[in-house]
Amino acid sequence: MSDCIIRVKDLTKSFGDKVVLKNINLEVKKGEFVTILGPSGCGKTTLLRLIAGFHVADEGVIEMNGQDLTGMPPHKRALNTVFQRYALFPHLDVFNNVAFGLKLKNVPKEEIEKRVRKVLKMVCMTDYEDRDVNSLSGGQQQRIAIARALINQPEVLLLDEPLAALDLKMRKDMQIELKEMHQKLGITFIYVTHDQEEALTLSDTIVVMNEGVIQQIGSPIDIYNEPQNSFVADFIGESNILNATMIKDHRVSFINKEFDCVDEGFGENVPVDVVVRPEDIHIQDDKSKAVFFGKVTSCIFKGVHYEMLVTTNEGFELLVQDYRYYPVDSEIGMSIRPEDIQVMKKERICNTFEGTMVSANEVEMLDGARFTCNDTGLSAGTKVKVEVDFDKIDMLDDKDAGATSAQVTAILYKGDHYHLTISTYEGDKLYVDTQDVWDKNDIVGVAIKPEDLRVIKAE
Amino acid sequence: MIKKMLAQAYIWLLLIILYAPIIIIAIFSFTNSKVLGNWTGFSTDLYVNLFTGGVNNSLIRAIQSTLFIAVVAATISTFLGTVAAIGITKWHGTKKKIITFLNDIPMLNPDIITGISLFILFVAVGLSQGYTTVILSHIAFCTPYVVLSVMPRLTQMNPNIYEAALDLGATPWQAFRKVLIPELKGGMVSGWILSLTLSIDDFAVTLFTKGNEGLETLSTYIYADARKGGLTPELRALMTIIFVTVLVLLIIINIRANKAAKKN
Repeated sequence: MSDCIIRVKDLTKSFGDKVVLKNINLEVKKGEFVTILGPSGCGKTTLLRLIAGFHVADEGVIEMNGQDLTGMPPHKRALNTVFQRYALFPHLDVFNNVAFGLKLKNVPKEEIEKRVRKVLKMVCMTDYEDRDVNSLSGGQQQRIAIARALINQPEVLLLDEPLAALDLKMRKDMQIELKEMHQKLGITFIYVTHDQEEALTLSDTIVVMNEGVIQQIGSPIDIYNEPQNSFVADFIGESNILNATMIKDHRVSFINKEFDCVDEGFGENVPVDVVVRPEDIHIQDDKSKAVFFGKVTSCIFKGVHYEMLVTTNEGFELLVQDYRYYPVDSEIGMSIRPEDIQVMKKERICNTFEGTMVSANEVEMLDGARFTCNDTGLSAGTKVKVEVDFDKIDMLDDKDAGATSAQVTAILYKGDHYHLTISTYEGDKLYVDTQDVWDKNDIVGVAIKPEDLRVIKAE
Repeated sequence: MIKKMLAQAYIWLLLIILYAPIIIIAIFSFTNSKVLGNWTGFSTDLYVNLFTGGVNNSLIRAIQSTLFIAVVAATISTFLGTVAAIGITKWHGTKKKIITFLNDIPMLNPDIITGISLFILFVAVGLSQGYTTVILSHIAFCTPYVVLSVMPRLTQMNPNIYEAALDLGATPWQAFRKVLIPELKGGMVSGWILSLTLSIDDFAVTLFTKGNEGLETLSTYIYADARKGGLTPELRALMTIIFVTVLVLLIIINIRANKAAKKN
């Protein structure tokens, strides 16, 4: 494609043993506002720094206008960066900060003055030329940082959480200004943030990242309405994520009820996840139109709407938003429209580990942990695949009590149980369904009953 | 009340004990008696003699050598120490701890050991002793102090500043010159002044590394002079000048440090 300005191909980066980016592929179109969105530590800043040239990739290529940037130092790249903590030069005044790039290029003095004035006007900082940058407020410093980058007329502007340090009101104002600036200048913006609302407000395209992997690329509307997996659904906005079964095309069952939906092609009786946004659960005052019923357990006023927790008669807890007020303990009937049900393929339906038999009824997996299993008749040293259902892993308070220990790294509420991701010290992941409440970063012991290990000889 | 007065008295007693010898020398630098302790009326003869060369030439030569060595050693140490500090802050974890620990050792090491070990080193590599060896040794013990005075500024500095300069089109050298150096200037100047005073002050290391080609610095000259039979009276004037100079330098360092602290 000719209008593609930045192309990232199979990019991989590690720091020491820690893999930060795994096989990243991304295309950015000329003039686009692309936001890289993800929780802290997901690798989004590393990706931006690789594009800027501050890090060198282990594998993969970054191209700009079809030219490979590998090995090109940052000062030769035709892009500029706005840093999170502004990174203004404290020993220079506003004028000299903004003029820094032009002075290096030996642009004539009169032109520098003209361009500095012009760019300062654009960021609403006219008449601040002689001010000491340390005397400016956070928002003003950020404007100067943006002016300092824009004056070089880069083809691509990289922004690393530029608004993270500002207060809410200032952040909202700057968001609007950034959006206007982008439309006026027509240059490409690559914007990194962990704030999903900011991403939805600003972007043409959102790239959702988690643990060094791109989860989904799409327009804000796509990302919000059609999340491709439970991580994206959970990270963007409020959502009810539930276990479901695809009965057949256009028919799905969850919370012990059957619903019509618009999704197809999953097969018949296939386990899936569904996402229903809280504003898409409609409270029906006319009980004959309701599909399922429940009782309000909490109701909080949120300004525009009320946010309610509802326990259905079948025992599932749902988050519901409505403009109308329903007091706690009121019985309500609810329905969901077919197009508001987003069906997602399950990333996995059980845990799968690779292991080695130690004896006929003992298997070693997860970096040396030994688990007892039913007699398999396999000889020691046989390579095997072990499957364990999500709800068959026991988490113990005492981290030394189980066969191995692990740390809770992600928690997803699925209406009637929690779906946890727990990681061993070596980084292997286990997925556990549990009724118990755990906190993120809890360290737990892991035990599995012998009869719950399904040991299959590996080919 | 009494407790407070006792505390006050204690601190003044301490200060008097500390400064009495210097003050006595300063007072007696304004009389021209041969022996310290004899007041023969106010006179600035000693100061005049010191600068008009009434004293033997070797004292003037010692002063010159001292200043030359101090300026060269302090300047080179400042450069080396700054570069080292920049490198060290890029490291993390154990590696950084080890290197800062190694940097601390020369400062805690007794001068006499530094002196003897450098002497053995110079003999071993066959370097003829003189200006070169004294300057090299002074660089060796001054550099750690420069590292120590530049490091805090580096750790306080926003690490993105250097990258921002690169991003705006500066080559690494330009970014170093136009952004890092101005940021670190305070620490570098403090380090330089500290090195200068350490070098002027040093006796033990210099004694072992100056060789016997006649190179004398002030400290070794005064030592030799005192052993020959009493201090040359002009030294009283010289010591007073040195004391006042060091005092002024220290005040400058402190004012700078206060300013930097206020800025943050």
